[in-house]
Amino acid sequence: MRCDVVVVGAGPGGSMAAKTAAERGLKVVLMEKRQEIGDPVRCAEGVSKSRLSSMIKPDPRWIAAEVKGARLYAPDGSSIVMSEDKSGDEVGYVLERKIFDRALAMDAARAGAKVMVKTRALDLIRTDGAVKGVRAMRYGEVIDIEADVVIGADGVESKVGRWAGIDTSLKPGDIEVCAQFLLYDKNIDNEYCEFFLGNELAPGGYVWSFPKGEHLANVGLGVIGSRSEPGAPVKLLRRFVEKRMPEARIVEMVVGGVPVSGPIERTIADGVMLVGDAARQSDPITGGGILNAMEAGIIAGEVVSEAVSSGDTGVEGLMAYEKRWRESIGKQIARHLDLKEFFIRLSDEDLNNLMHSIQSEDVSKMDLRGMLRVLIRLNPKMLWELRHLVM
Amino acid sequence: MITVNRYVCGYCGACVGVCPVCALELVEAWLEVSDGCIECGRCVKLCPTGALSLEEAQG
Repeated sequence: MRCDVVVVGAGPGGSMAAKTAAERGLKVVLMEKRQEIGDPVRCAEGVSKSRLSSMIKPDPRWIAAEVKGARLYAPDGSSIVMSEDKSGDEVGYVLERKIFDRALAMDAARAGAKVMVKTRALDLIRTDGAVKGVRAMRYGEVIDIEADVVIGADGVESKVGRWAGIDTSLKPGDIEVCAQFLLYDKNIDNEYCEFFLGNELAPGGYVWSFPKGEHLANVGLGVIGSRSEPGAPVKLLRRFVEKRMPEARIVEMVVGGVPVSGPIERTIADGVMLVGDAARQSDPITGGGILNAMEAGIIAGEVVSEAVSSGDTGVEGLMAYEKRWRESIGKQIARHLDLKEFFIRLSDEDLNNLMHSIQSEDVSKMDLRGMLRVLIRLNPKMLWELRHLVM
Repeated sequence: MITVNRYVCGYCGACVGVCPVCALELVEAWLEVSDGCIECGRCVKLCPTGALSLEEAQG
């Protein structure tokens, strides 16, 4: 089989890359190792309304709930409320990823991409050392999909980059290991996302509750890998739910790993581009990855169409992708990596003190950067090393 | 050797992402461990469900 571009992985990043390239006239194959796109879900499903809407028209079929804002709780229970339009990238819509991911793949198919499910990449094909496609297993048969460019959108477990010589392996401090329940509890506030901080609740991470309508919510937590132990995320989540939501009915369980390494050294090689979690483009502070992956996927699709047209699919031809994503989403990812490295060192007492210091301020109109600026002003000794992030 | 309790595994792929030698592969709900495994135990420590363990090879 021959095409211009083969995209490995039909998550939001891969589908947007495939759709964008296909719309520009390229012959695109979008392959997905699972038999059902979007399932199993490994995500808390929260995204900002405005940023999502800038890339795709919202469809009620894949929006589970809309929220008004977020509540942030310190370990001692003190809290602040942030309004929806300023709460960062993680609130606004709570998606139904099983439907959303499939809809994005269908958009790619409508744009002309050939979608192949149950097709797992085995290795890159090389001719005279140059990457020329992907060897894959499809329904138990090995097939070659020849292409000028391979886009690796193969998620946290990405292999495409490693096959191309890009070391994407995550060290324990580079990953949040997570567990989540979709649960019913009559006390769930359908209008606010909630975030609970605390080293006992979730070492080096946080607990989240994202409402999905009618008193359903994704309640989950992430633990920084360097402070985790076998099975810790599930045990801690059970403890949290038993203590705080004793009447909750759990109807689904999700586990996963979120890269929080920040930008990797490079995301392109000759004939290869990495997108989304495979490129470690998820946000180190929030763990959010959907929108960054989609944005990177669009850039990748645009750049690859130019590269194929010009006949230069080597590093030089793909360099515009590297530059463009670092100029857009890359800056925030790098800033948030510094924040993450700082905040995972804070004690519960530090977190309580920070929350108390800002409780008398009006944070409802602040974004994360604005809130950080105020926190630094109020706690200069503790947060002095973060001042470069708000300059 | 790494053993997988398939009744506990949540097939999330976190172990695959942290494997330094690319020895793990997630195939739908099935986690494969290849001969390239160096038994570093990183995947065991990070598994969210505790499905992996590092055991002495038999015989």
